[in-house]
Amino acid sequence: MNNAPVKKGFFSSKSPAIMLLYILFLMLPIYWLMNMSLKTNEEILGTFSMFPNDITFDNYIVIFTDPDWYWGYINSMTYVVMNTVISLTVALPAAYAFSRYRFLGDKHLFFWLLTNRMAPPAVFALPFFQLYSSVGLFDTHIAVALAHTLFNVPLTVWILEGFMKGVPKEIDETAYVDGFSFFAFFTKIFTPMIASGIGVAAFFCFMFSWVELLLSRTLTAVDAKSIAATMTKTVSASGVDWGVLSAAGILTILPGAIVIYFVRHHIAKGLSLGRV
Amino acid sequence: MKKTVNQKAWFLVLPVLLLVGFSAVIPLMTVVNYSIQDTFGNNEFFPVGLEWFEEILHSERIHDALGRQILFTSIIMAIEIPLGIYIALQMPKGGVWASVCLVLISLPLLIPWNVVGTIWQIFARTDIGLLGHTLATLGIDYNYSQDILSAWVTIIIMDVWHWTSLVVLLCYAGLQSIPSAYYQAAKIDQASRWNVFRYIELPKMMGVLLIAALLRFMDSFMIYTEPMVLTGGGPGNATTFLSIDLVKMAIGQFDLGPAAAFSLMYFLVILLVSWVFFTVMSNIDKQEG
Repeated sequence: MNNAPVKKGFFSSKSPAIMLLYILFLMLPIYWLMNMSLKTNEEILGTFSMFPNDITFDNYIVIFTDPDWYWGYINSMTYVVMNTVISLTVALPAAYAFSRYRFLGDKHLFFWLLTNRMAPPAVFALPFFQLYSSVGLFDTHIAVALAHTLFNVPLTVWILEGFMKGVPKEIDETAYVDGFSFFAFFTKIFTPMIASGIGVAAFFCFMFSWVELLLSRTLTAVDAKSIAATMTKTVSASGVDWGVLSAAGILTILPGAIVIYFVRHHIAKGLSLGRV
Repeated sequence: MKKTVNQKAWFLVLPVLLLVGFSAVIPLMTVVNYSIQDTFGNNEFFPVGLEWFEEILHSERIHDALGRQILFTSIIMAIEIPLGIYIALQMPKGGVWASVCLVLISLPLLIPWNVVGTIWQIFARTDIGLLGHTLATLGIDYNYSQDILSAWVTIIIMDVWHWTSLVVLLCYAGLQSIPSAYYQAAKIDQASRWNVFRYIELPKMMGVLLIAALLRFMDSFMIYTEPMVLTGGGPGNATTFLSIDLVKMAIGQFDLGPAAAFSLMYFLVILLVSWVFFTVMSNIDKQEG
C-alpha cells in the first residue's frame, strides 16, 4: 500500500519518535522487572541502579528447584492446555453452524454466547466454588479448565466464525457432491483450510486462560494451585522476596512473548472476538 | 454469504450449549437463588423477596464503589481511545518495522494480570522502583499505598500501559483495510491531513473503534486483579472498584444474599451497555453491507 505524502500539521505524517516514545513507555516497566530479577535482595533494597551490578541467576534457580514454584507453572500449563482443547473441540462445529446455516434463534444464541464473555469473573467466583465443590472437583485442573470455558468458548466460537466466513461455501457443496460425508468433509477438507484460524483461536484461549487470576485462585488450594496464586502468596514473615517475585513474573511473560510472533498479523482479529 | 436455513445445525451447536449451560447457567441460577433468600446457617434458607435488592440499591458502600468505577472507566476510556488512535496513525505501514512494533506493542496484553499488578507495584515503589524513585528524587510527594491521588494516578497509568495497545491494534487493523485508492483520491483533491483523517480514516475505523470501546468498557468495568495486587483496594477504600467490593462481600464476609443481589445488578448493567454497543455495531455492519 503506498503511503501518500501529506502536509505537516497536528496530525502530521508518521513520526518515528512518537512510536519510539510509546514503545519505551511500554518496555520500561518490563525492563525494570527483569533488572530486579537479576539482582539479589540485598542489592534491590540496598542500592538503586539501572543495571544489576553483578548479575545473579539465584532467583531463577530458586524457582526451578522449589517444587512450590515450579509446580505452579506445571499446574497452570495443565489447565490452560485442557481448556484450549475443550474450547476448540466444542467450538469448531458450533462456529461452522453459525457461519453456514440459518436456524431458529441463531442470532440470539450468538449474542447470548457473547454475554458470557461480558460476565465479571467476580460474579461467578463463589457459585463456581460451590458448584465444583459439590461435584467433588474442587482443587483439580479440570475445574479451572471448565470454569475458564465460560469466557473462552464464546471467544473461540466468535474467532472461528470470523475465519470460516472467509471460506467459500462452494467448497462445502462440491465436497458433498463428491460423496463426502459431513464428518469426513469437516475433518479432512475443512479443518485444514482454516488451520490458521484454529491456531489463532488456540493462542487466544491459551492467553486468556493464562492471564486469569481470580477464578483459578478461587478454585484451587494445593494440588492444582496456579502460578498466579503462588505469586500472590509470596509475602512471608521476612517481607516480600522481590527478586524471586520478579523472576517469577518474567517467566510468566515468556510463553506469550515467544508465541506472539507467530500470530502478530491476526492478533487484532483475536482480540476483537473475530470481528475485524 | 447467503446462508441456508437448516434446523439441524442445532446439533452442531449443542456441545457449546451444554458446556456453557453448565458453566454459566447453573452458577447464575445459584446466584439468583441466593439473591432472594436468607439463612441462619445450617443450610436452611427462607425466602426474603426483594429485600437484598433494596438493601443494595440503598447501600452507600455500593454507591461509592459504583461512583469510583464509573470515574475510573470514564478516565481510562478518555485517555486510551484517542491515544490509541493517535499511535495507530503513527504505526509503520509494512515491512520489518511494522512486525517489530506489532510484537512489542502486543506484549503488555499477554502478561498475566497479577503480574501486571506486580510490575507496577515494583516500578512505582519509592524505594526500589524506577518511577517512584525518580518522582521522589524530583521532590514530588508520591506514595501509592498512602496517598489517594497517587494511588489513582498509578492505577490509571497502569491501565493505560496495559490496554492502550488493544485500541492501537484494532485501529491499525482498520487502517490497513483502507484501499490506497482512497488516499490517492484525497491527494488529487489536495485534502489536508486533518480532512483525510476526518473523512477517510475515521469513518473506516468506526467499526473497529466501537469494538475497542466495547471491550475497554467491559473489561475495565470488571477490573479486579490489577488494582487488587497493586493497592488492595486502598488506601482506605479509595480504589475499591465494583469487582473488588463484590469479592470482599461474597468471599471475605460471606454475605451471600446481598452479594448475589449485587452480582445480578452488576451483570445487568454491563449487559445493558454492551447490548447498546452491540446494536449500534450491527447497524454499522449492515450499512457497510
